[in-house]
Amino acid sequence: MTTKTSRIQSVFEKRNGDDKIMSLFITAGYPDLESTVDLILGFEENGADLIELGMPFSDPLADGPTIQYASNVSIEKGITMKKIFGMVRQVREKSEIPIILMGYINPILRYGVEAFCSDAEESGVDGLIIPDAPIEESGIIESAAREHGLDMIYLVAPNSTDERMKAVDEKSSGFVYCVSVTGVTGARQGDEVARSVERFIGRVNTNVTSNPKLVGFGIKNYEDAKLISERVDGYIVGSALIEAIRKEYPNKGWKESVLQFVNHLKFGNI
Amino acid sequence: MKYTAPTKQGYFGKYGGKFVPEILIPALAELEEAYEESLNDPLFQKEYHDLLREYVGRPTKLTFADRLTEHYGKAKIYFKREDLCHTGAHKINNAIGQLLLARKMGKKRIIAETGAGQHGVATATACAKFGFECVVYMGAEDMERQKLNVDRMRLMGAEVRSVETGSKTLKDATNEAIRDWVTNVDDTFYIIGSVVGPHPYPMMTRNFHRVIGEETRDQLKQKEGRLPDYLVACVGGGSNAIGFFYPFIDDENVKMIGIEAAGLGADTDQTAATLTKGTPGVLHGSLSYLLQSNEGQIQLAHSVSAGLDYPGIGPEHSYLHDTKRVHYYGVTDQDAMDAVKLISMKEGIIPAIETAHAFAYLETLMPLTQRDEVVVVNCSGRGDKDMKTISEWF
Ligand SMILES: Cc1ncc(COP(=O)(O)O)c(C=O)c1O
Repeated sequence: MTTKTSRIQSVFEKRNGDDKIMSLFITAGYPDLESTVDLILGFEENGADLIELGMPFSDPLADGPTIQYASNVSIEKGITMKKIFGMVRQVREKSEIPIILMGYINPILRYGVEAFCSDAEESGVDGLIIPDAPIEESGIIESAAREHGLDMIYLVAPNSTDERMKAVDEKSSGFVYCVSVTGVTGARQGDEVARSVERFIGRVNTNVTSNPKLVGFGIKNYEDAKLISERVDGYIVGSALIEAIRKEYPNKGWKESVLQFVNHLKFGNI
Repeated sequence: MKYTAPTKQGYFGKYGGKFVPEILIPALAELEEAYEESLNDPLFQKEYHDLLREYVGRPTKLTFADRLTEHYGKAKIYFKREDLCHTGAHKINNAIGQLLLARKMGKKRIIAETGAGQHGVATATACAKFGFECVVYMGAEDMERQKLNVDRMRLMGAEVRSVETGSKTLKDATNEAIRDWVTNVDDTFYIIGSVVGPHPYPMMTRNFHRVIGEETRDQLKQKEGRLPDYLVACVGGGSNAIGFFYPFIDDENVKMIGIEAAGLGADTDQTAATLTKGTPGVLHGSLSYLLQSNEGQIQLAHSVSAGLDYPGIGPEHSYLHDTKRVHYYGVTDQDAMDAVKLISMKEGIIPAIETAHAFAYLETLMPLTQRDEVVVVNCSGRGDKDMKTISEWF
């Protein structure tokens, strides 16, 4: 465990009353390599509290079509791990917003776990989410991550047992990622997420007691976010944001439209 | 047995594990429990073995290949005839076993991935026999080159879903099957077709195929009164090979050879020779050798045979490769196709193109053998499904 307060922890500590923390997921290098840094800074200005920066992988088997698409675009445009660290460094010149790298374990293993964690720390990364390294397997990276001051964020799902939730809480630092529905990432129709979350969040609140909780998967707008995050600390939006980019890019003014979408996600219609 | 892999956590040496999203952890735990129970459940075991005998047609024959033996003029060559299994390949040993587990666990819906279509056909067959809903994911390219098997699956009531992503082959079909599983985890059982995927699949699938090696052992003892000197099998994910090898693994004098698809050559980028060219990494839930770029992106494999056209390999093979208990070599598309012709002409057996990779290696192996030695090749499947590719090739 890191003893000094991490950037992620301080976001939760500074949270006022009923405010919800908004974490935004964006694939590094999507829609192009040049825009990622600007987008992150723009997200912050428009209400994002945390950034999850996706490290693209050729075979993202926990992701739906939207994030698969963004990953493919980014890989085709020549994204590399070094370029991702470069993006984080550029954000750090201007901002203290916490950045969590999110991605599959294979590219990390290929880079070398120690080199990866060390470069992550040096560039200003705050934490890691690795969906295909659950607590059984995270020993492969856990100690290197801790040594380099990176928070390790694990997931709980609606089908996780109570014991499992407790174990995940114990292993996690920063926050616990609550997957709202069983399934891959991607926007959901109607009230599927809200219905699933009802019972699930009750159990989460009983079992996850030492970390803040963010809920994600399937949130597509302000109304969803408000409803679904009612009993947790905040929410995560990914696929809906990427869809918003996909709809506008590369039309003139696409970035402004995307930032407007982000602003609305956080504050609703004002 | 001296050999005890995998560990309780599903590791063969440093390979294996459960690299899956959180959502699948409860499903794997449930599966592990059901599988352990089935091992000590005499009724389950009896039903499985009865089905192998009465429905699959086991034991399969061990045929002496006299004309091929004469052709090389060296060691005696036998074929273990998995091509004689119902549906035409070894895959059904495992599909039936996993389906019985699915039924025991109360699952309603079966999904599978398939490359050559043999695992898809085996799964569709088992589902028809037991009245289960069946969805099979298959790469669009494979649906084209293994059309006969697509028609067979559909005739038996399975839904075949075309996968258009990536290389449109087995890797991508597996991604889609896993996504389906993550989404429908409550009522769906994923029947994986090879010794790949997260623990307990590699162990469980191996054990459903070990009957291949066990029968070979008994049959050869009867015919020759001894153990074989060489076992040769083709390796895609590695299920027919490991089922064949595993019962001999403690017999140090039995040499084992696994044959990967080298495509246009292991020194080109049009290859599926995972152990020859790959490096360790994680794909589809386990740590094993992979074909990957310096950035850790999975590379597209190539092989003329859909069943070997996969950039990964089962974790146990990675372990047996590192420990040198099994030696692995690559065979090119051309050499495999030549072997299809040779085996057809000499033995009246048209092998699957996957299987032909193992036969092709005899060109290298046989000159090194002695007349008093015995080589057994696992004839993993028959070639009817490949007639289109074979006709176009020659
Ligand atoms: C006849 C046959 N042999 C071999 C294979 C390769 O699979 P494995 O390596 O799991 O035996 C296949 C796969 O489709 C097959 O159909």
